[in-house]
Amino acid sequence: MRTTTSALRSKDLLGIEALTPEEITLILDTAEGFKEVSERPVKKVPALRGQLVINLFMEASTRTRVSFEIAEKRLSADTLNFAASGSSVEKGETLIDTVDNLMAMHPDMIVIRHKHPGSPKMLADRLPASVINAGDGAHEHPTQALLDAFTIRERLGRLQGVNVSIIGDIAHSRVVRSNIHLLRKMKANVTLAGPPTLMPAEVERLGVRVVHSLDEALEGADVVMMLRVQLERQGKLSFPSLREYYNTFGLTPERLRRAKEGVVVMHPGPMNRGVEIASDVADGPYSVILEQVTNGVAVRMAVLYLLSGGHLAE
Amino acid sequence: MNVKKRLLDAPRMNRAIRRMAIEIVEKNRGIDDLMIVGIRSRGVPIGERIAKEIHQLEGQPVSFGIIDITLYRDDLTTIAPQPVVKPTKLPEPIDEKVVVLVDDVLYTGRTVRAALDALIDFGRPKAVQLAVLIDRGHRELPIHADVVGKTVPTDAHEVIKVKLAETDGEDEVLLMEK
Repeated sequence: MRTTTSALRSKDLLGIEALTPEEITLILDTAEGFKEVSERPVKKVPALRGQLVINLFMEASTRTRVSFEIAEKRLSADTLNFAASGSSVEKGETLIDTVDNLMAMHPDMIVIRHKHPGSPKMLADRLPASVINAGDGAHEHPTQALLDAFTIRERLGRLQGVNVSIIGDIAHSRVVRSNIHLLRKMKANVTLAGPPTLMPAEVERLGVRVVHSLDEALEGADVVMMLRVQLERQGKLSFPSLREYYNTFGLTPERLRRAKEGVVVMHPGPMNRGVEIASDVADGPYSVILEQVTNGVAVRMAVLYLLSGGHLAE
Repeated sequence: MNVKKRLLDAPRMNRAIRRMAIEIVEKNRGIDDLMIVGIRSRGVPIGERIAKEIHQLEGQPVSFGIIDITLYRDDLTTIAPQPVVKPTKLPEPIDEKVVVLVDDVLYTGRTVRAALDALIDFGRPKAVQLAVLIDRGHRELPIHADVVGKTVPTDAHEVIKVKLAETDGEDEVLLMEK
């Protein structure tokens, strides 16, 4: 009954950048144990009984919020959902005041999504509760990268040496940033492709390869990760038209033939069908898009579980 | 830690496990509706060996599963770091089955309490029995074993170390002192 392993070093999960490869492996291994819980007749374990988790979503989110909420409920935590709209945030309350008020209710963990990069860190430095970043601006989205890695590992059996091509709106994507950190730490090969206007300068310094056509990116890829064109984050379009985007960077069945046999097609959702991905690919035999959603719950359960309980530093 | 005594060597451990298998079959008058469930981690290889012995005895395989009790522990919020969670694998629904939980050492009874809670989340077994290789006493809960490999009176400062070929490279049980 006393088996233990190396734990996470921090009380918080703010990004992938600060994690070690051992910590990433620990989270992915733990998630395997939790995946089985969702397949039981009684989909609930008492691990977080009596703990209060506040979900603080200051920016629109459906699947991440729902996924965290299911993960919390399956661990028997008490949950409180707080959204910016319809709250005192609309009356001008600052983030710090909002959180100080929530802290007076003694939560054990706070899951936060916010449009400003760094806001989860600000809370983590200020609060005794564990803070989990559920996406902060264009900075990081660590649980998305972890569930992507879990899905790749489950499909291909490993991360090391896997060729992952990430295609689309690189500049606005926190998913890409977290994924690049994670995949490089786990020694996967990362190739990026997208319109030059959506490719950050000097992104190669993160240890990735940049190519300029979709076909080049697909050549030899084991995994193709399509990104959502984030229309809401661009003042005006960074490319001439959605149709032109589809013709240049849209993933169609014909183009997918350039990738390796048994290629894994991923998308963090929500999809713009007919913009970055054709419906025939999204619903096709190589797509693991819905598996990603299922795995998201297991990975978030693992993170909540590992951050709860005692911490080594205390 | 000093080794005080070698309680079992490989041949004696094998005989104990064989006898446990016979007792389980005898107690249940056969293996209809029987399911052997090993508690992670060392209950698993012992459970597998019992299942193998029963197969040889009865000429047909007995259902075998694995249960992980980590998430049901009563000390989860106080220990650090968090113990590793692994999947529970039950081969079929446990409703109307006689489940025999298998563990290496029965001590406080808290592991068994957690295993019972975990098991109930998978259904309603007809009955649950407990088989342990070593019963060392000092129960903190009203739990007792139905089948025991060896009963060993111990002091609280002593430690029982069960080694198994599958996990530790050799079969033996040692009584040690902290």
